[in-house]
Amino acid sequence: MINEHDLAALNGTCPEHYEPFQDRAGAFYETFERKPENQEQTHYCPGCGHGITHKMVARAIDELGIQDRTILCTPVGCSVFGYYYFDVGNIQAAHGRASAVAVGAKRARPDSVVLCYQGDGDLAAIGTAEIVHAANRGEPITVFFLNNAIYGMTGGQMAPTTLIGMKSTTTPNGRDPWNEGYPLHICELFAQLDAPVYLERVALGNSKQLIGAARAIKKGIENQVKGLGFSLIEILSPCPTIWKMNPVDAQHWVRDELTKVFPPGVYRDRTKDAPVRPAPKPKPALADLPKMLVGKGGVAPVEPAGTAPAAVHDLSIRIAGFGGQGVLMLGQVLAEAGLSADMRVSWLPSYGPEMRSGTSNCHVRISHKEIASPVVTKPNVLLALNEPSLRKFLATVEPGGWVLYNGTSLPEGMERDDVHFVIKPFTELADQVGDARAGNIVMLGTLLEATGMLSGESIDAALKRLVKTERWLELDRKALAKGRETFHLEPVSA
Amino acid sequence: MAKQLIKGNEAIVKAAVLAGCRAYYGYPITPASEIAEAAAHYLPLAGGTFLQAESEVAAINMIYGAAGAGLRAMTASSGPGISLMQEGLSFLAGAELPCVIADIMRAGPGLGNIGPEQGDYFQVVKGGGHGNYRALVLAPDSVQEMADLTALAFELADKYRNPVYVLADGYIGQMMEPVEFANQAIEPPPPDWAVLGTAESRKNLISSIFIEPESQEHHVRHMMTKYHRAEREDVRFESVQTEDADIVLVGYGIIARILKSVVEMARERGVKAGLLRPITLYPFPTRAIRALCGHAATFGVVEMSTGQMVEDVRLAVEGRCPVEFYGRSGGVVPTAEEILAFVLEIAKPAWPASILEEVAIHD
Ligand SMILES: Cc1ncc(C[n+]2csc(CCOP(=O)(O)OP(=O)(O)O)c2C)c(N)n1
Ligand code: SF4
Repeated sequence: MINEHDLAALNGTCPEHYEPFQDRAGAFYETFERKPENQEQTHYCPGCGHGITHKMVARAIDELGIQDRTILCTPVGCSVFGYYYFDVGNIQAAHGRASAVAVGAKRARPDSVVLCYQGDGDLAAIGTAEIVHAANRGEPITVFFLNNAIYGMTGGQMAPTTLIGMKSTTTPNGRDPWNEGYPLHICELFAQLDAPVYLERVALGNSKQLIGAARAIKKGIENQVKGLGFSLIEILSPCPTIWKMNPVDAQHWVRDELTKVFPPGVYRDRTKDAPVRPAPKPKPALADLPKMLVGKGGVAPVEPAGTAPAAVHDLSIRIAGFGGQGVLMLGQVLAEAGLSADMRVSWLPSYGPEMRSGTSNCHVRISHKEIASPVVTKPNVLLALNEPSLRKFLATVEPGGWVLYNGTSLPEGMERDDVHFVIKPFTELADQVGDARAGNIVMLGTLLEATGMLSGESIDAALKRLVKTERWLELDRKALAKGRETFHLEPVSA
Repeated sequence: MAKQLIKGNEAIVKAAVLAGCRAYYGYPITPASEIAEAAAHYLPLAGGTFLQAESEVAAINMIYGAAGAGLRAMTASSGPGISLMQEGLSFLAGAELPCVIADIMRAGPGLGNIGPEQGDYFQVVKGGGHGNYRALVLAPDSVQEMADLTALAFELADKYRNPVYVLADGYIGQMMEPVEFANQAIEPPPPDWAVLGTAESRKNLISSIFIEPESQEHHVRHMMTKYHRAEREDVRFESVQTEDADIVLVGYGIIARILKSVVEMARERGVKAGLLRPITLYPFPTRAIRALCGHAATFGVVEMSTGQMVEDVRLAVEGRCPVEFYGRSGGVVPTAEEILAFVLEIAKPAWPASILEEVAIHD
């Protein structure tokens, strides 16, 4: 492997000064950067539900004393800059994906408190799949779902929660259920799932509702602190700007209209009887990992390098037959045995377009040299477990190569006088030793006896690694012996 | 440590875990599914997380969350799934989050089929997602390299705080070869920029938004300096008999393995062929290729695509000598014999008379 860095040094093009990574830490909390002229206000419009909700979330974090542990995942929508206002760890997500991001963060840091904040377009349109599955898995995160029945950030397009008849820039004549369907009821929908622990819909329509909202928000966070599962609080929230109302009217509209379609209430509360999450299994010691991962699978050569007979200095083997005849397994035994003999090996299964119609084949290379191409297009050994395979591959065999065929005689038109044929009913022979499925191993025995390739020890070591049960190991050993003796029963037809 | 015979797809996972990967999020797709299956087994064993996500879109965003929270994280997929991940890739790059993505390419476009192809080069090497970013791309040509380059991918991802791909094809993924793994496992501590849910990391922010155009420009310029650094420090390639080569073949992945056979076959016939195998597709070994223009008569680029990497070779050569292309696609793997015919064809002016007859057959 050549590193171009060395080349560059030779050519005198030394690395230039390299800038450190962008340091964004701390950038947002001393000043409100987005509107430098406006340090005392949020970027939200007057009367916006986001600002109110932020305050409630912040107060709950404070009251619960979890500021250091909190990770806030913010969406794309008007609250994309939520991280300006929360002095906690912040991760800003792509549109609709905040819940998936929250899942990744929570599972990475189970001791943290992960809050996921999403609008109705973000959660209930583009991000529906992510939030449904997070809820259904009972991910122990807390979700604040801000439902303002509209897309705020992009300037007033229809949301999945837009009311029937409600005008938006993309429903200029009002939402028509025949075209746009009906408002999506997230709490009602999620109440059908088994896993969620807590689902409540609250509204920001008057001061009584505000008190209820603050309580629900705190409870949703507390659930996570207690180690309970998925909590979602849907917050019906005013968007005076897009609704073209003043803040007071917008608040009334939440109270009088939105709540008619989206009734507030507790849709699920299992905070008392939710099963406690099992504690994670203890981590293994780092030093033990290599053994756990590689350990037993490692292969030590059973015969010294170079002792395999010259006949096998460079084998290109193609094995083919019906699925279930053990084509891939036979290839693996050969490759494993080659490895035991300290040779270079490769095994490549047919898959994809070739696999259609229940046939299967594989390429095996065994060589004393480094293996260039593992793809065998001109085999010097063809193991054909059925007639179609013989028909397909016979012509590709190198002159002087070996062809083992599972049958009683060569099918018509399959003659060649420049290869060695060995024709035996391997499947039937396997039946005689106890199981027709061992036909591949009988064929292997014959191949070993015919060519002298690979020692018995290498093959046995390979079988021991690959064959999982004692019964089959015994059977395969018998099949191997049967194959070896069968080879001598009749002369090879040339 | 002793070698073991395993599939390329499985080698990726074992190497990843040894390199400290503790989060895997993915969605099944042939021919990459064994990666998820092995991850389902080995990640929990190592105290990590495995989750079959609801889609590739979700998976890549879970990776974003895990990486943002300071874990070494990876996912794997193939063509259609990689397409779905591209928005997430752009966000990861923009937020400067390290992660590793394995793409075990299959035939496309559309559903295509599950046969091996190299048609994802454009979407993986040239960006794929929106905006000014690059992903580093490593292209293994053996199962051993599936392991080694996966480990390297995690190092590079951290070095540059950027996503790194391991780009292989269905053959390299499905193939079994002996592999020797690292005999030590590592688990680097979380980086100091990560959001961990602790007092020390409370000030940290993961985001890709810069609302002021000047800040955004500053950010992408900063990212470009990283990529220029990678172009200086982390280009990797393998040269096989290029020193005296008249014909320099360029190919990666399984094609490079076939080309190694072709180089031998061509030389047996008196054609001085060599191979330059890019190991990093981005950063591309541009200078190494350009340096060969001095003595090479012709470059022969071979891909399992209709011609994607060849564009980078042409950019490197800049018209100094001819660049010929041979491609198969759709899941068809070219044979050494057909590539040899292509080599003999483009080598025509340099043919020894003795092989004229043989070549005539290929015409
Ligand atoms: C993939 C993608 N598609 C579209 C957008 C544009 N976009 C940004 S925010 C948004 C809708 C936000 O609406 P909502 O989630 O209801 O939040 P609100 O602004 O009302 O708080 C859209 C469509 C985007 N950023 N990314
Ligand atoms: S547009 Fe609506 S949701 Fe967005 S900040 Fe203004 S009031 Fe709030």
